[in-house]
Amino acid sequence: MTLDISSVRRQFPVLRRSINGRPLVYLDSAATAQMPEAVCLAMARWNKEQKSNVHRGMHVLAEESTVAYEDARTAVQKFLNAAHPDEIIFTKGCTESINLVARSWGETHLQEGDAVVLSMLEHHSNVVPWLQLKDRKGSDVLWMDIDEDGMPKLDDLKKHLKTGRVKLVAITALSNVLGIAPDLKTIIAMAHDAGAWVLIDAAQAIAHMPIDVQDLDCDFLAFSGHKLYGPTGIGVLYGKRKLLEKMPPFLGGGMMIRSVTQEGFTPADLPGKFEAGTPPIAEAVGLAAAIEWMQQYSWEDIQAHEQELLRFAIDNLRLIPQLHVLGTDGKSQIINHKSPIVYGCLSFTLDSVHPHDLTEILGRQGIALRAGHHCCMPLHTKLGIPASTRLSVGIYNMKEEIDVCAQAIVDAQKKLHT
Amino acid sequence: MDLYAENILDHYRHPRNKGQGPLAKGQAVITHMEENLSCGDTVTIHLSIKDDCITEISWDGTGCAISQAAMSLLSEELQGKTLSEVESLTPQNVYDILGVPIGPRRVKCALLGLHVLKNTLRMKERKELQGWNETVGND
Ligand SMILES: Cc1ncc(COP(=O)(O)O)c(C=O)c1O
Repeated sequence: MTLDISSVRRQFPVLRRSINGRPLVYLDSAATAQMPEAVCLAMARWNKEQKSNVHRGMHVLAEESTVAYEDARTAVQKFLNAAHPDEIIFTKGCTESINLVARSWGETHLQEGDAVVLSMLEHHSNVVPWLQLKDRKGSDVLWMDIDEDGMPKLDDLKKHLKTGRVKLVAITALSNVLGIAPDLKTIIAMAHDAGAWVLIDAAQAIAHMPIDVQDLDCDFLAFSGHKLYGPTGIGVLYGKRKLLEKMPPFLGGGMMIRSVTQEGFTPADLPGKFEAGTPPIAEAVGLAAAIEWMQQYSWEDIQAHEQELLRFAIDNLRLIPQLHVLGTDGKSQIINHKSPIVYGCLSFTLDSVHPHDLTEILGRQGIALRAGHHCCMPLHTKLGIPASTRLSVGIYNMKEEIDVCAQAIVDAQKKLHT
Repeated sequence: MDLYAENILDHYRHPRNKGQGPLAKGQAVITHMEENLSCGDTVTIHLSIKDDCITEISWDGTGCAISQAAMSLLSEELQGKTLSEVESLTPQNVYDILGVPIGPRRVKCALLGLHVLKNTLRMKERKELQGWNETVGND
């Protein structure tokens, strides 16, 4: 079966918007994906009928709220195929999830001279927490460069692991610039053989490919709800129970304690230990609704549809003179990608057109693309460009939108240079 | 009104006073570069100054149409200006010279030229360079 895109689109209220008299063409789902009506309704229902704090009251609303919040945890557990619900920690986003690991695990498990390996594809949220640890603890950050296909170099990983200093490999499951998906299974197996743990940044991957944490055997995995057709303000950290149990709490406050005296405290069991304060309850309900909504479609159908869109985009954009798709264009000299399989997004440069001008001009016609370094300055430095323009797709995009976008790029190029 | 007005595009396509390098005619030349890290735009200014007056200006840079056109337009304004006149230039002056509406996302593009200019003078006077907040007027 293939996806019925018009029926998918009807479920997204924002797609009915027009901007300056033209229909919205939303090609920025990698920044944040839009929410279907079902998610908006689930959140509104909780807000209107059930709003109350969790785990703290005996009244009916508190009971319903607590059940809804814990059901959301179970929904995420099943979605990731985690072994236990208490391996799912709710945070405010992917960034906080990674910081939780850096602070809690990093502070207690990393010594001066130990190393964390990152790839050149990483988003700043999977770079800066490790650089902060480097400043505080004297631990090292070692880099895996990328090869001409945009893939992190396994030789670099091998070399770093050989030093015997590597305690963690932190790597993205999907580049938010190149759309390249590293070979996680191989990387995880190599790291484990060398006694290092692995953290997966699944911020982008989560909406574009099935993820099974037990099959992957990753130790930590982080993502945000808002890129999965859910709300902002909620994220997830998955961690293997035996690791999470040994880690100290990250933030201190309510919910994360078993008991407190004037002298000290005993932390709560998982997952409460890592969820200090009132959690994002409406957002957890929204995330569960988003997962449930997505699961009415098969991964096969979603991937077939998105692959078709991206293939179409690559083929059409490459026809535009002076446009270089990063990672797929031999002539660009940037990366010569032999077999371009990209997921979720692609990025490009246009000779002598700055991405901010391009996206501003397209934006006025209702076309939403993202410009800049996409929080990946090390990658852009490596590619030798200050910025690029990114086109990203979601389940609701259509080929017609790619056409409109490609034509608008040609027009903008003319406007700026004739 | 369109941000990419004909006047802006003309200065972007044919920047004035650009690319001549440091053109000193026996006078001290002072050079300074600033960049807008979030988008990778850069502008370098070379000023010849005599009797507290700008006698010559040339600049170089890469970036978006707004940052480059703004620097081009600004460079035309600077010829013959006294240093105190330059010091009192405000962001509003630059917006007026540009003559198109500058939204919050493009403020730093529009003001990159002003920022490098102010800091060129600070360098000349061996003062501490000013930050973006001061240039934009948030301080
Ligand atoms: C690969 C990657 N990692 C991490 C993040 C950070 O996600 P958030 O800003 O939701 O915390 C993003 C979001 O842009 C991303 O694309």
